[in-house]
Amino acid sequence: MQTEQRDSIKNTFVVTLVLCIVCSLLVSAAAVSLKDRQATNKLLDRQRNIIEAAGLAEDAKRLKPQQIQSMFSDGTIEPKLVDLQSGEYVDDPSIAIDTFDERKAAKEEESNRLIRSDQFRIGIDKREKFTRVYLVKDKNGQLEQVVLPIYGKGLWSTMYGFIALNSDLKTINGLTYYEHGETPGLGGEVENPKWKKQWQGKQIWRGEPDDATLAVGVAKGTPSSDNEAYMVDGLSGASITSRGVDNMVKYWLSSDAFGPYLKNLASQKGTTNGSPNG
Amino acid sequence: MAALTAKEVLLQPIVNNNPITLQVLGICSALAVTTQLSTAVVMSVAVTLVTAFSSASIASIRKYIPSSIRMIVQMVVIASLVIVVDQILKAYFFQISKTMSVFVGLIITNCIVMGRAEGFAMRNNPLMSFLDGLGNGLGYSAVLILVAFFRELFGSGSLFGYPVLTKITEGGWYTPNGLLLLSPSAFFLIGCLIWIVRTFKPEQIEEA
Repeated sequence: MQTEQRDSIKNTFVVTLVLCIVCSLLVSAAAVSLKDRQATNKLLDRQRNIIEAAGLAEDAKRLKPQQIQSMFSDGTIEPKLVDLQSGEYVDDPSIAIDTFDERKAAKEEESNRLIRSDQFRIGIDKREKFTRVYLVKDKNGQLEQVVLPIYGKGLWSTMYGFIALNSDLKTINGLTYYEHGETPGLGGEVENPKWKKQWQGKQIWRGEPDDATLAVGVAKGTPSSDNEAYMVDGLSGASITSRGVDNMVKYWLSSDAFGPYLKNLASQKGTTNGSPNG
Repeated sequence: MAALTAKEVLLQPIVNNNPITLQVLGICSALAVTTQLSTAVVMSVAVTLVTAFSSASIASIRKYIPSSIRMIVQMVVIASLVIVVDQILKAYFFQISKTMSVFVGLIITNCIVMGRAEGFAMRNNPLMSFLDGLGNGLGYSAVLILVAFFRELFGSGSLFGYPVLTKITEGGWYTPNGLLLLSPSAFFLIGCLIWIVRTFKPEQIEEA
């Protein structure tokens, strides 16, 4: 093609148009054809982390997709939608629990709430009104654990994870993060199995049920013998990530978030859970 | 410049005309994804594929691209390919794509890809351009993997996630060097690498 012809206005438009159509077809073909696979991956990743938080598998990373799916379909793990403020289960047939999107809910005006807690700052000012919790049951259908979603800001990113409580609702059984953007090797050590293991058996509340305080959290360095039952070691080289974890664990277990729900759950079982509002 | 043979086009960029050590391009991603070998390898493959295919497709339409919008045309081709790569990673390598997060998308802004499109593919046939893209991608990969090897080994005591030097926190003897996990360490490593390469190949030294 001649240079003049190539640089003509007509050719410029033709090239632009053809290129745009070809490229957009390519991109949309890739996006559409891979969408199902990506959605499955995301869901599996979330479910895998729930299983990991609850400690239901020796190595959750090695579970096969079928094994994960069967745990969710045979009733071992049952998702429930909870209204955080009242602590009641939401029975709304218009919300499909499998496809409920917490992050979207937290963004939209009619389904979010301001976070007003001055006590525990998770670095985010809005959260969803309803959220999904997961009940882990034994073979007879008795509640064994409850897995709650938690999130909050670390140093660089919002960290998303799950915390699993024993059926006494006072003891932590596990904590895991499934999405974060902290520095690998420093804040990213929240993924370290050794560190995560420390959470197992930590008590949430200190003191008598009537005037208990939230004591669970992350200490700076090794926790003192006084706090050992409630706190885990901070991550070295990651003070801000550790503080973020500390705040988010406290916030989500406080009366501003899952407090009312835990209280309801405990009264259903006919016990108090030791929380100030329980 | 004398015409290069296919072999030269493919192999020159690996050491003699390496995009990172000689042209000092593509540094940003070399800092970001080299804390672990596995992410570095995936990033290398992604960049190599994108460079090769974008160069080939741009070369095949080079005679029709009006000079006034050539940069935009190159950008559109590169961006489309990067999105496709990103989608494939999300579908088939979910765990790795999670750790790489935005850096896959940032291949679009990797100067190497754009540089090869503008500097080589606009003047050469598709096959040569493909080889050139492949060669430059491999040159980039070589540096990335080398840097990631040192960063992961001394920063986390492991290679591809498998512990090699047992860390003190896990009952071993090795105290990991936290600096190697932070971006500046990649600068030092790349700097040392450039120093070594230029000591053996003085012709690469620029005149001050």
